[in-house]
Amino acid sequence: MSQQPTSESPLARAALITVALTFLGFFLLLPLLAVFSEALRQGAGPFLDALHTPDALAAIRLTLIIAAISVPLNMVFGVAASWAITKFQFPGKALLITLIDLPFSVSPVVSGLIFVLLFGANGLFGAWLAEHDLKIIFAVPGIVLATVFITFPFVARELIPLMLEQGKDDEEAAISLGATGWQTFWHVTLPNIRWGLLYGVLLCNARAMGEFGAVSVVSGHIRGETNTMPLHVEILYNEYDFVGAFAVASLLALLALVTLVAKTVLEWRFGLHAGARH
Amino acid sequence: MSARSTRWRQPSVLPGFGLSFGFTLAWLTLIVLIPLATIFLKAAGLGWSEFLAVGFSPRAMAAYQLSFGTAAAAGLVNAVFGLIVAWVLVRFDFTGKQVVSALVDLPFALPTAVAGIALTALYTPEGWIGQFLEPLGIKVAFTWIGITIALVFIGLPFVVRSVEPVLADLGREVEEAAATLGATRWQTFTRVIFPAIGPALLTGFALAFARGVGEYGSVIFISGNMPGRTEIAPLLIVTQLEQYAYAGATAIAVVMMLASFAVLLLINLIQAASRWRMGA
Amino acid sequence: MIHLRGITKQFGDYPALHGIDLDVAPGEFIALLGPSGSGKTTLLRIIAGLEFQDSGTVLLGGEDVSRTPVADRHVGFVFQHYALFRHMTVADNVAFGLSVRRGKHRIAKAARQARAEELLRLVQLEGLGSRYPGQLSGGQRQRVALARALAIEPRLLLLDEPFGALDAKVRKDLRRWLRDLHKAMGLTSIFVTHDQEEALELADRVVVMSQGRIEQIGAPDAVYMNPETPFVSHFVGETNRLPASGGEIHFRPHEITVTPDGSEAVLVDNVFRKGAVWRAEGLLEGSGQFVELDLPSSQDAPRLGQTIRFNPHRARMFNADGDHTQGDLP
Repeated sequence: MSQQPTSESPLARAALITVALTFLGFFLLLPLLAVFSEALRQGAGPFLDALHTPDALAAIRLTLIIAAISVPLNMVFGVAASWAITKFQFPGKALLITLIDLPFSVSPVVSGLIFVLLFGANGLFGAWLAEHDLKIIFAVPGIVLATVFITFPFVARELIPLMLEQGKDDEEAAISLGATGWQTFWHVTLPNIRWGLLYGVLLCNARAMGEFGAVSVVSGHIRGETNTMPLHVEILYNEYDFVGAFAVASLLALLALVTLVAKTVLEWRFGLHAGARH
Repeated sequence: MSARSTRWRQPSVLPGFGLSFGFTLAWLTLIVLIPLATIFLKAAGLGWSEFLAVGFSPRAMAAYQLSFGTAAAAGLVNAVFGLIVAWVLVRFDFTGKQVVSALVDLPFALPTAVAGIALTALYTPEGWIGQFLEPLGIKVAFTWIGITIALVFIGLPFVVRSVEPVLADLGREVEEAAATLGATRWQTFTRVIFPAIGPALLTGFALAFARGVGEYGSVIFISGNMPGRTEIAPLLIVTQLEQYAYAGATAIAVVMMLASFAVLLLINLIQAASRWRMGA
Repeated sequence: MIHLRGITKQFGDYPALHGIDLDVAPGEFIALLGPSGSGKTTLLRIIAGLEFQDSGTVLLGGEDVSRTPVADRHVGFVFQHYALFRHMTVADNVAFGLSVRRGKHRIAKAARQARAEELLRLVQLEGLGSRYPGQLSGGQRQRVALARALAIEPRLLLLDEPFGALDAKVRKDLRRWLRDLHKAMGLTSIFVTHDQEEALELADRVVVMSQGRIEQIGAPDAVYMNPETPFVSHFVGETNRLPASGGEIHFRPHEITVTPDGSEAVLVDNVFRKGAVWRAEGLLEGSGQFVELDLPSSQDAPRLGQTIRFNPHRARMFNADGDHTQGDLP
């Protein structure tokens, strides 16, 4: 059987696959395996002990709280922004999309810095906040703000292409049949976009729980109070408590794996696809 | 809906424009635009001479050089291997392809700090990989090579996910057309396929580069953080902040942001030009 | 020119071609006509070298090219969706085949450009050489694709559904133009189509295919007037079927004589103008078979509910075992 004109020879094909898999193995798979291997280096006992410390539990709790606040906020924003952008024609739309994407192109550290400049002790509103005994920086509100900023585009980014593709025929049909705006949204739009929405929320949540740079700048690293899981990993690591650091890290890695599996299932089942910029 | 805004946007039977657009604009302004504007306001308050002095101090220059240099090096590595990975994922079928494809997104999903400590553990002289490099005299951890490796990790999906759809969309027909016209496989690749995916590859490179310049979590563990040697620009911002040197932190942040925006603007222009040419 | 002998091809478990034999003379314009899945495109791609047959031989100009790679066959191929190189200008697209030549076949850039301009003039796209394919209309793109295929001076031109993606109007203009070009350049061409009208209008000979087999090869008139199988009778042109003992009688809507003592009667339930004739549709009395009849529009239109009696004056009888007889009926 002669070779097809548009496919590589079996040798070239095997070579390409080998190169790709070796590269991925070294750069992606090994780091992942290293997390679990280091966490379990001294067996399951020390691993579990490391997760049971009050500081670790506090960090887990804070991370969940942060995600529970910032993800819904961005979900509502993402749906509203996508509705405005995809169902209506107005000038300046491209600019609006660019602005929504802006947080993707800002360094996480800078994302934290801007809130320090606004609400820090020497910040724009620093004096006013101190006067009223309000604390944003080095406290939970600052972490929430930084996380919302960092994860701002996630949901909108997944929904806009999806809703553009779906068009507005369904909604116009519902309105023409006498449905109100809310009825149309709940019974027509939302069921159409629910998997895309879930997909965006999933990616948003992974980033919200895992964000390090921005949160690191605004948190103040107060153990048991403003330490999220990624920050706790850093503290333990810098104290040479490697088993502890990797134990907490392995929880985050598990979260990442769950996210990847769910993402793959959604992509496979519903043909959804992430944009390249996260 | 006022008469003016009805003219401003095209009329539609669908309701909720005022609410959704108003909320979008308000939330965007509050969370993104005002905070980002603060930093430029603060930088403007510094005055030119102070801005130049702190924004381009020798230490800052060394940090930029390191951040931009390693991000570019990692971007190039990813451009080459990312293209191969994308090619393999689009063109070949093999067992476990689904898993491999999912794995490519790991850097999007894995918290950067976790990636940072994992890579450090691998490349220290006692690590799984470091132990083989040590006898060869190659030091990875705590050198620019380590930083580059962390940025390769972070940037890979940008290249793969940018190139993949374009490669898939390219279709076999143009390659068949090239073959019927007498082109060899290599000529087909260099003259037909590569130019067609070039803009996407460049986009992937630029996205990986922009992300790499600003990357913090995955780098600081493996970099060693020696000022002037392995101190990346984002770390310098954090260091300045910890010393309450807000002016320095702001100036460096502004320089970095302008550089990233310039890169992203450039790729948008390139893409717009190629879209215009291809009439899409 | 082309001799195909016993070409077979299987995709997995699916047999695409069962032993195709076909001879094409120099200068002929051949249509491969069939429904999707008939194997016509696969056959075309095998001739081009884009697929390889499982068995059988392909002779091009007396040379056995059965195992020759596509790049060395010098066969021009025009794809249904044009397959133009989007990142190249129109002129670069056309000159591509010349620019990839190596060694002693290399052609200087100036000569390549001159040749591309000449070809663009030939396909009436003079002055559009510096545009990109994305900036052209569908019909223009198809002509660029044709110019590109002609640039390598192919010994054979193959076209896969060349008008499939075009508007009806553009399609009609392009058909006539292609016909003229084929004649003027003395090409040997084979095109694939599922549109019988296109095949009958353009081709010197039509090859009707179904399920990986050739059903009939013949001049357009012969294929239309004397179909050799029930499939061809049904696929090419419109056909009414009447059950008969041992088989079926096929006749075209216009192959009838209306007469009060006709052997068949149809109760008209729909009438419309179809070009120059009235088309009456209805069910046959007795068998209940649906038939379509063409009546001269110089007469009054048939009325709904009217019963028309007629005799087929020309028909074909297909026996259950595949034999057939045909000709004027008494």
